[in-house]
Amino acid sequence: MTQKTVLNDTHRRFSAKMVDFGGWDMPLHYGSQIEEHHAVRRDCGMFDVSHMCAVDCRGPDARPFLLRLLANNVDKLKTPGKALYSAMLNETGGVVDDLIVYFVGEGDYRLVINAGTAAKDLAWMAARLAEWRLDATLTPRRDLAMIAVQGPNARARVWQALPETRAASEGLKPFFAVTVGDLFIASTGYTGEDGFEIALPAARAEVLWQALADLGVRPCGLGARDTLRLEAGMNLYGQDMDETVSPLDAGLAWTVDLAAPRDFVGKNALLAHGQRWQFLGLVLEDRGVLRAHQKVFAAQGEGEITSGTFSPTLQQSIALARLPSGVVPGDRVQVEIRDKRLTARVVRPLFVRHGASQLA
Amino acid sequence: MNVPANLKYTKSHEWVRLEADGSVTVGITDHAQDLLGDLVFVELPDTGRALAAGEEAAVVESVKAAADVYAPLAGTVTEINQGVVDAPETVNQDAYAAWLFRLAPASAADLDTLLDAAAYTASVAA
Repeated sequence: MTQKTVLNDTHRRFSAKMVDFGGWDMPLHYGSQIEEHHAVRRDCGMFDVSHMCAVDCRGPDARPFLLRLLANNVDKLKTPGKALYSAMLNETGGVVDDLIVYFVGEGDYRLVINAGTAAKDLAWMAARLAEWRLDATLTPRRDLAMIAVQGPNARARVWQALPETRAASEGLKPFFAVTVGDLFIASTGYTGEDGFEIALPAARAEVLWQALADLGVRPCGLGARDTLRLEAGMNLYGQDMDETVSPLDAGLAWTVDLAAPRDFVGKNALLAHGQRWQFLGLVLEDRGVLRAHQKVFAAQGEGEITSGTFSPTLQQSIALARLPSGVVPGDRVQVEIRDKRLTARVVRPLFVRHGASQLA
Repeated sequence: MNVPANLKYTKSHEWVRLEADGSVTVGITDHAQDLLGDLVFVELPDTGRALAAGEEAAVVESVKAAADVYAPLAGTVTEINQGVVDAPETVNQDAYAAWLFRLAPASAADLDTLLDAAAYTASVAA
């Protein structure tokens, strides 16, 4: 049974081409994926991300629970409103999911987890909570819709549509959130641009969507979301990492706190295995399109592309790849595409930020 | 769905037009470009290449996916459209103007094995 967000009819009214995504009937694009991509880089676009699941974690033991559950260190969250990106690992050090945790207040956290993994994640979290006998509650918030407004003009458009949120959100630094009435406004995103992700009561979603559209904010589908996140060098769960992949091999070492004495699920496995792969970017120098699962041949051995696409901003093909140790940015590698081997340049896994190429 | 009546079609979404000189022009249908989305890369066969019916002849790639284009009938490639290689988006703009390659058919009678517009429309709906 395919699930639908509260904006499903709205997407159809906006002529979306719908597609199944992790069991959800979601917009792929509304006409042109590339034009939607450019709208976010140059002006402003919006995404229905209501398929993702907000989960409120509350109680006296909420912090000790998350300290043990997540690979990143929730103790970094000292100021209310601050957000943290983290992997949630299994005992073998594989990634159960990646998520954002917002520190609402002491004993009050909001996690936003992926759509396709939500049921699995909730079961995993509930089981750990019971196993560790901690006093906290987990409440999935399917009563909320979420709209991401992204792009250089995103903040201004949101303040036009929701003037009452301006005072509270104007000073919001990146990766923070603030509650304004029944709106939860976060300066997070998945595009490499400025903007807000807004969680709101589902009943208010269509009105906000329409108001933003009337202000010229372009509806964007999952297609543009994927090319934008790839240009921004952000991982996609299920593609760049999954339960069999260590975060250390997926470019997420910066989110894993192995130095602190704190124990967390998967830590021993990470310490035992260490990092086995380099997670780096590729830019195709020949003509063609890099895709997931293509083989990469380097002087040091074989690797594999985990995500690849054509970058609308750079007008060439880019990819994220797991490569053998010793490969460094600046190296040339060969990628097997059908019956040919094409040349790609190895780069840091960050291609575009705030509308500008990050390639040297 | 835009399916011109004067063309022939394959179930794999190629369109075929018989030219006055006996050659056939091949492209992908409007339905195919719509399924693929924004095209960003086209790879065409070398001229002079002999193709069997149903053989992989070209590749069209959108942002999201790659798709093979098959030879609708046996023949030799006589001409390719460099314009779609340089500007793949022209296939999205008008799939019936942005042809991919031309073939000299091994047998003109093979054209009769292809679908007409009504049969193609029915095969898409099925």
